[in-house]
Amino acid sequence: MKVFKDKKKMRSYKEFLYILPFLILVAIFSYYPLYGWIYAFFDYRPPFPLSMDSFVGLKWFKAMVENEVKLKQTLNVLRNTFAMSGLSLLFSWFPMIFAVFLNEIKCKPFKKFVQTVTTLPNFISWVLVYSIAYCIFNTTGVVNEVLLNLGVLESPQAFLQSGEHIWFKMWLWLTWKNAGWSAIMYIAAITGIDEQMIEAARVDGASRMQIIRHITIPSILPTYFVLVMLSLANFLSNGMEQYFVFQNSFNKESIQVLDLYVYNIGMGSGGYSLATAISILKSVVSVSILFVTNKISKMIRGEGFI
Amino acid sequence: MSRKEKRKKLKYDGGVADRIISVITYIVYSFFAFVCAYPFYYIFINTISNNDLSKRGKVLFWPKEIHFNNYTQVFQIPELFDALWVSVARTILGTALTVVIAAFLGYMFTRETLWMRKFWYRFVAITMYFNAGIIPWFITMKNLHLDNNFLVYILPVAVSPFYIILCKTFVESIPKELQDAAEIDGAGTLRIFFSIILPVIKPILATVAIFAAVAQWNSFQDTLLLVTDKTLYTLQYILYNYINQASSLAGLVNSTTSGTSLAASLAHAATATSIRMTVTIVVVTPIILVYPIFQKYFTKGIMIGAVKG
Repeated sequence: MKVFKDKKKMRSYKEFLYILPFLILVAIFSYYPLYGWIYAFFDYRPPFPLSMDSFVGLKWFKAMVENEVKLKQTLNVLRNTFAMSGLSLLFSWFPMIFAVFLNEIKCKPFKKFVQTVTTLPNFISWVLVYSIAYCIFNTTGVVNEVLLNLGVLESPQAFLQSGEHIWFKMWLWLTWKNAGWSAIMYIAAITGIDEQMIEAARVDGASRMQIIRHITIPSILPTYFVLVMLSLANFLSNGMEQYFVFQNSFNKESIQVLDLYVYNIGMGSGGYSLATAISILKSVVSVSILFVTNKISKMIRGEGFI
Repeated sequence: MSRKEKRKKLKYDGGVADRIISVITYIVYSFFAFVCAYPFYYIFINTISNNDLSKRGKVLFWPKEIHFNNYTQVFQIPELFDALWVSVARTILGTALTVVIAAFLGYMFTRETLWMRKFWYRFVAITMYFNAGIIPWFITMKNLHLDNNFLVYILPVAVSPFYIILCKTFVESIPKELQDAAEIDGAGTLRIFFSIILPVIKPILATVAIFAAVAQWNSFQDTLLLVTDKTLYTLQYILYNYINQASSLAGLVNSTTSGTSLAASLAHAATATSIRMTVTIVVVTPIILVYPIFQKYFTKGIMIGAVKG
């Protein structure tokens, strides 16, 4: 019996050895960078290694709010972040409505075509999106050409170089890229609705809009709820790629979201320590929001999403 | 009145409103489809049109004076050719590694015999929810000498918790008896993985492979942060550079292809616009080619992800 037990134990260790190399990879690439957080408490100047002489305590955390100029900068970045995430949240119903009415289309090939074409932008990179935006909106691009011919514009405009309505424009690009893809989840949820329920409503004389309002939308609301919670959890993390590629000297004031700001200070002006300090604050807040939203989700739906 | 007749009548009653809704829906969705598809079409027709016309923005709806010089010229830019190789290499190697690891770990985390299975599973899965931030990550990669190193493209993303969860969920849905039977026949852990699990989980591996390949092909940030060695630039990075420093571009092409460009008329000579657009098409083509074939896999993946994640 003991031999048998030992054998079993041996096997369980052996299996652990199989996965050990991958656990080490995770430790190196996901956990070890956390150690880099200590740079936030030092005055780190890249070529020189860290030493106790450069320990500065909470200097960088205070630096964000220490004088009026810096406070204003910090608030401005926060405002941009809140505006961009807020806009997405405000219009988060769009993919759902998109899916609901797409489902109403009777002509199958057209439906399939629309779905395929609108999902495609999700799979190209932000660099490509920017490249496409540039080709269309530059001074000789199609938008200028058409507007000039229609007489709406008198002279060509460099649309991407204006600093106006940046929040809204960024939301539009984000929607262009993501809406079709987000709709897929709702389409799947709609497919799961009981046909008999809709049939019964129809027999009772419900109109199409009534069916949508009283059957379709209530059935997919749980999916919507989960996605809203997830986007709440990511409220501070807009990612930097979109804003990085679209940023230029004309729109910098209104395009700098937190993630981009961290990059700009860190890589642009070498402020590694300050950038790390901001990252830490962001992570702490994000994780807290994640836990709160998960709690809310547990309270309302009975299950969390983590 | 029979039920069928009643339904017909009802349908007829709602007819006008229904038809209006239908018409509006078709118009609106045609607009959405146009907005999403036209940019790709617009850029494509410009790359095969008279370069002088396209530079002045005169090619809007159909190609004019078709030629394919732009494509032959663009592939003669040496740095672009190198970048293509780097992008292809990272996509193939990176995807292969990610998929194999996701399959293996997804399987191992279902094995109850694994020592401290639950703990290690959480150890991996939880990394989905936090990251150290871009600067600590950058410094760490530098300390590991992964800057200007091809490995930075594939190692950090090799173990991806999301893909592992997808695979684990799939493995859990396979009847346990299959593994038990193999075990009784004396098959070991690895043997079961290779001869029983792998063949069965192919559908989910296809999903993971597509996700991973698209992510690899599109990846831009790692090059931006950690690579200054020109031979390691990816296509995405080169494209980004080309958009921002376009005017010097045309010179680049026309000098590297001087033989042809001397003979070429204005209509075929490369312009900044033509190069930018052609490179855009080159970068986007693999995605467009792969996309319709695997559309069904995407949908499958997102559904499992939605249930679990």
